[in-house]
Amino acid sequence: MRLHEYQAKEVFAEAGMPIPDSELAETTEEVVEAAGSVGYPVAVKAQVHVGGRGKAGGIELVENDEEAREAAESILGMDLKGYTVERVLVEAAVDFVNELYVGVTMDRGEGKPVAMVSSEGGVEIETVAEETPEAIAREHVDPAFGMHPYQARRAVFDAGVDQDVATDVASVLTTLYQLWDDRDGSDVEVNPLMITSDDEVVAADAVMNIDDDALFRQPDLADIEQSSYENDLEAKAGEYGFDYVRLEGNVGIIGNGAGLVMTTLDLVDYYGGEPANFLDVGGGAKAERIANALDMVFSDDNVESVVFNIFGGITRGDEVAKGINNALEQFDEIPKPVVVRLAGTNSEEGMEILNADLVQVEETLEGAVQRAVENADSASVTEGSR
Amino acid sequence: MSVLVDDDTRVVVQGITGGEGKFHTGQMQDYGTNVVAGAVPGRGGEEVEGVPVYDTVDEAVEAEDANASVIFVPPAFAADAVFESLDSDLDLAVAITEGIPTQDMAKVNKRLSEVDTHLIGPNCPGIITPGEAKLGILPGDIFSSGNVGFISRSGTLTYQVVDSLTDRGLGQSTAIGIGGDPIIGTGFTDALSLFEDDPDTDAIVMCGEIGGEDEEQAAAYIDSEMETPVAGFIAGRTAPPGKRMGHAGAIVSGSGTGTAESKIDALNDAGVPVGDTPEEVAENVEDLL
Repeated sequence: MRLHEYQAKEVFAEAGMPIPDSELAETTEEVVEAAGSVGYPVAVKAQVHVGGRGKAGGIELVENDEEAREAAESILGMDLKGYTVERVLVEAAVDFVNELYVGVTMDRGEGKPVAMVSSEGGVEIETVAEETPEAIAREHVDPAFGMHPYQARRAVFDAGVDQDVATDVASVLTTLYQLWDDRDGSDVEVNPLMITSDDEVVAADAVMNIDDDALFRQPDLADIEQSSYENDLEAKAGEYGFDYVRLEGNVGIIGNGAGLVMTTLDLVDYYGGEPANFLDVGGGAKAERIANALDMVFSDDNVESVVFNIFGGITRGDEVAKGINNALEQFDEIPKPVVVRLAGTNSEEGMEILNADLVQVEETLEGAVQRAVENADSASVTEGSR
Repeated sequence: MSVLVDDDTRVVVQGITGGEGKFHTGQMQDYGTNVVAGAVPGRGGEEVEGVPVYDTVDEAVEAEDANASVIFVPPAFAADAVFESLDSDLDLAVAITEGIPTQDMAKVNKRLSEVDTHLIGPNCPGIITPGEAKLGILPGDIFSSGNVGFISRSGTLTYQVVDSLTDRGLGQSTAIGIGGDPIIGTGFTDALSLFEDDPDTDAIVMCGEIGGEDEEQAAAYIDSEMETPVAGFIAGRTAPPGKRMGHAGAIVSGSGTGTAESKIDALNDAGVPVGDTPEEVAENVEDLL
């Protein structure tokens, strides 16, 4: 789960991290009012889950009420890489002389957390990592001990941070690690961490990504309102609790297990079709969940044909078949042709239960995918000739 | 022959009183696995599927001489269950549980470096030596005994590709579902080295997926250390960058690492044929043998 900047900064502030004064606003009037109470100059910052907001026009620096009004009008409601901006953070502008990057993440290759500092902050850190990896000082942390203060200092000195502010930056990094650890962060970052002419250190941005699997022990974060879904379909998938990704094609895909579903996508592509989505019903799916999955895929206007690929282990073929029947029997006419391939646990029972009037049955994965691609092709041809 | 499990393996099931634990204990027994004990705190003295339950893994090991565990414990308590099995000095622990927090697994990973136990998983279907024993949730009847070692990050993909192998009469020595999480116990390289040392494994299949760099590391290992031929499969060629596709590990970064292409290239460079379809993987194995 990704927190918005303003949400992350609330968590930062509680942990004693230095952040600029700010207020959240949802209307132009609120922006002007907030700017007045924070004190000009202020930055008006779109609160959406995308990187590179500044470049995309989602952050503006303003000096007075008139500029604040104009910035509010242009940013509120704008579409930023697929997300509509509903809120902005109105934040005191920091008069900085230097920008740093600090972050903590999991190094999956090492199986350990890694704390990072770079004196090249204020730009996309991914670019720095790719082009000049030596500009990022890295310190691996033993997760059993946590980060020792000397490690934070070493990272800061390795990154070439000015001696006058090194101790304060190290302290920010220590706090950041503590937050990452306490809050089950996956990535926790400050970019830029600004250094003022008075040698003050201020976190001008805040990124907090939380491990979804750990939300059970972060109840206050789990309760934070999420408006992170890109579109209605993803919102629906969220409600149903599916792993779902919408794609550009027209062959709807439902399967069990991430690897098998990805393979089904790849095979659709291999046989000349285009996948419309990734939808994993997960392990042990019961009939209702299967019906929900079909409902999801039928809700996507792009879908011309559907392929169901189940290889049961913990999932049972008879349950899957019941779900498919339940979902399809409510239609007078099946919206899109459905190809079903059932294998593994209770697949024979499943094949007996499956209402063969409503679906096309294929024995092999390859056969099912080819049939679904053909179905989609012929649907496109029919539409094209209308 | 086999790696890690055979018909001498004596299994304790952690979480045996839960729905999944109970069901799969029965399934494992039906397959012929020696399930000798269960371990559930506070439930010592009970019996599940004819198996005695103990309060701790230590007690189970002492009373029943268990040397391996299978963990069906909910995510919030699963890391603790793994720690307990590591502390009991078992040869093997298999964690089936999906959704263990990554930070918990980092701590487990640290402890793992200090003990001799092999950990398989978490978030995996388990391990099976066909005809001898299975530890986990794999459907036993699709496997057959033979000389192909099998390693996969994905459960259902394991079933799919094994089915293609079995269909062609290519039996398996041992199949290991290593799991799709970012931090796992036994990885590709560890599993490959186990099969390399097994005289009765004549070829190996490794099924990988997008995300991380484990397949690239495995390719380097195959290139420099291995005699046994390997056939590969990589899921997620069509995955768009920046999206998480189910598995926590299955996310493509935008920058070119961890993509299907980089993994396939690395494997090809190490002399590993990578099939476009599960059928083609089986054909490739036939050619390697």
